[in-house]
Amino acid sequence: MENADTASYVDFYHAEGKHKGILSWLLTTDHKRIGLMYMCSMMTFMLIGMTLGVLMKIEMLTPGKTIVSAQTYNAMFTLHGLIMIFLFIIPGLPAIFGNFMLPLQIGARDVAFPRLNLLSWYFYMTGGIFAILSLFLRGGPIDTGWTFYIPYSIRTGTDVILPLLAAFILGFSSIITGINFVTTIHRMRAPGMGFFKMPLFVWSLYATAWIQIIATPIIGITIILVIIERLFQMGIFDPALGGDPLLFQHLFWIYSHPAVYIMILPAMGAVSEIIPTFAKRTIFGYKAIAYSSLAIAFIGYFVWAHHMFTSGISETSRFIFSLLTFLVAIPSGVKVFNWVATLYKGSITPGVPLLFVMLFVFLFSIGGLTGLVLGSLATNAHLHDTYFVVAHFHYVMFGGTVMIFFGALHYWFPKMFGKMYNEKIAKWTIPVIFVGFNMLYFTMFILGYEGMPRRYWDYLPKYQTLHVISTVGSWILVTGIIIMLVNLINGLRKGPKAPMNPWGGKTLEWTVPSPPPVYNFEEIPVITHGPYYYGGEEEK
Amino acid sequence: MSDYLSGNNPGSVQSEHEEHVHRDDMSSKIGMWLFLLTEVLLFGGLFLLYMAYRVKYTGNFHDAALELNMKIGTFNTLILITSSLTMALSIAAMQRARKGLSIFLLVSTQALGIFFLINKFFEWSAKFHHGLYPGSETLLNRPKGEYIFFGMYYAMTGLHALHVIAGLTLLTFMLVFIIRNKVNPDNYIRLENSGLYWHLVDLIWIFLFPLFYLMR
Amino acid sequence: MEKAKNDIHKTGYGTYVLIWLILVGLTIATVTASGFNLGDFTLIIALLIAAIKSGFVINIFMHIKFEDKIFKVFLGLAFMTLLAVFVLTSFDVFFR
Repeated sequence: MENADTASYVDFYHAEGKHKGILSWLLTTDHKRIGLMYMCSMMTFMLIGMTLGVLMKIEMLTPGKTIVSAQTYNAMFTLHGLIMIFLFIIPGLPAIFGNFMLPLQIGARDVAFPRLNLLSWYFYMTGGIFAILSLFLRGGPIDTGWTFYIPYSIRTGTDVILPLLAAFILGFSSIITGINFVTTIHRMRAPGMGFFKMPLFVWSLYATAWIQIIATPIIGITIILVIIERLFQMGIFDPALGGDPLLFQHLFWIYSHPAVYIMILPAMGAVSEIIPTFAKRTIFGYKAIAYSSLAIAFIGYFVWAHHMFTSGISETSRFIFSLLTFLVAIPSGVKVFNWVATLYKGSITPGVPLLFVMLFVFLFSIGGLTGLVLGSLATNAHLHDTYFVVAHFHYVMFGGTVMIFFGALHYWFPKMFGKMYNEKIAKWTIPVIFVGFNMLYFTMFILGYEGMPRRYWDYLPKYQTLHVISTVGSWILVTGIIIMLVNLINGLRKGPKAPMNPWGGKTLEWTVPSPPPVYNFEEIPVITHGPYYYGGEEEK
Repeated sequence: MSDYLSGNNPGSVQSEHEEHVHRDDMSSKIGMWLFLLTEVLLFGGLFLLYMAYRVKYTGNFHDAALELNMKIGTFNTLILITSSLTMALSIAAMQRARKGLSIFLLVSTQALGIFFLINKFFEWSAKFHHGLYPGSETLLNRPKGEYIFFGMYYAMTGLHALHVIAGLTLLTFMLVFIIRNKVNPDNYIRLENSGLYWHLVDLIWIFLFPLFYLMR
Repeated sequence: MEKAKNDIHKTGYGTYVLIWLILVGLTIATVTASGFNLGDFTLIIALLIAAIKSGFVINIFMHIKFEDKIFKVFLGLAFMTLLAVFVLTSFDVFFR
């Protein structure tokens, strides 16, 4: 197997195309290059968002002013949220790894609409640039929080329209990617690959793409309405003119709650890839995991109002939405149990990606369980809009999605770049990240429980100890992430050449050389086995 | 469906190495329909708001709706339905390789679309003339429900009009493609997809019409 | 699906014109019906007629009737989702 890739072939980095130099990237329709372009831009945005986060934590070191004014702090948490959510976590896994791996994993040469795929990247960049530009134009940086709640967002003097437009364009980019992926999965699978022979990462991308298609238009119309509300006083949301701000919240969360599943589902898919590879065992309960992706996508659409329990919605709907919220725990639990069952009696190699998965399972479980605390009506009334919520969604989003983002990065790095990184250093970053993460966010659970409200610039002296621990934790966490990234960049520059299949994975991307040639497959493979076939009898 | 599950898809056979962008009409059609679904949901959000406000301000909505011109509304409905017919016929003509007829019907569709917009323009102008526009003195002095009614009216018919304009632009491209034989009896998927878009615009109007004009 | 190329369903001109006539008829019907005071039923009848009209447009003009099953599944999914969102929101709107 190691010899196969020494045969002469031209990888996609060196292939001669129509264009040369930078244009060969900017005008490419190759899904792999587009994936990497997403990676570069997203990493940049992530670093900006991370810097804002660290600065916010430094501001929280002391009560009152530490380094920035209250208004700047408002702008900072808004931008931190906007950048991290719209520019990094929502598109993160699908746009980078989905683009790169989806055609490889289903045995196709590209996605169904390669040119639309490129267009989607341009939309993404336009949105990103608008978001950054809005900082320097007109009214100054937006201070509404990433949720743009009415009526503040139609009253504030800061520039709301440009960031809203940015979010709208990003939504467009997201929709195009979703349409592309659904079509690709329906039409381009290799001969013999039925829906139930697809890798689970593909299943999760499929479910995600559907949420992108069904949910994103709702935020689109909401954004348009807020913009025209600001421009023309339409009255549709403005309570002074008879509008109902709660309807804004409904529409906003009809998208933004499913968006949470856009963020987490692909991560769960990547977990389902990494675990069989490092346990050298076929996945336990393939169909259960596949269906649970769809179930999460489906139920996740119908729970949005649990973000609004304290905002004055009817008693009936509070009750119903709380009930529905608990249902999401079922498919999530199905996944976790199946993963653990896969590891059971496997011959486990503790590779870096698997360690990230372990980190994920631990942190995500805390995030998930505290979600139940917030999902029940009684406790929600107490904890709503406190640091408890902040801690909860960082455990889910950061501890869940981003940890797997890092894990997937380490898992597919050899395939994407054809180089290996230093595994020893990579392994050492994990405990650093673990300690930093829990110091940073677990303290927030306690702070929130004790009543520290979120988004506040100032606080009572009694909270200071915990804030200091939390801030120190953020430094440790960032150190870990930086070491990790530097290690990867070093691997990229001078790492040893990666073999075709460094981890012994069974899915199709490991059957092509690293990095893959332009059209992926010399010959389109014919599929006879399930995606994680390690010999023996197959689950039917 | 069974073909999808067996994985026996013609789309997965991409033989030519050099041909990066392959042709698969089925993919285009799936892609187009998925896009139409996003449009349905986009308007769905507005219909949701309409429902909520109609429940909240039933009486006001009723009063305000009396000021809309039902005749123009009905007339525009008939125009759009007819344009849908000519659109469908244009594709049918293309299928039967009658290029001239297809072009004629396509241009008729566009003419009807423009006619619709002209009517809309006069309708809106009349409303503006009576001071019935968001932020106007007249409207601010009315009950809040009427203010919201007109807000919804302008938002929904406005967004719909934008879609008519987008559809007209799309059809203009198709016209050029047909004239240059890029859309021809062997390859007319783009015309079909544009037709789908046009019908969707009609479809949305079918619901807008009774909700705004027929509340008597 | 393999046969799709030669097997495209060509709807006749006549069918389209017939559907158009039906749509025009239904438009007249809905306008007429709105003239009677039927209380709450006015809205229901108007929406019912709109639904019937859209059924004709989707099935014949937009060809869904002759398309692969998967398109019907997609469409059904979107409409069911929309319906569910309406129902869930009305739990708030109607009971507040």
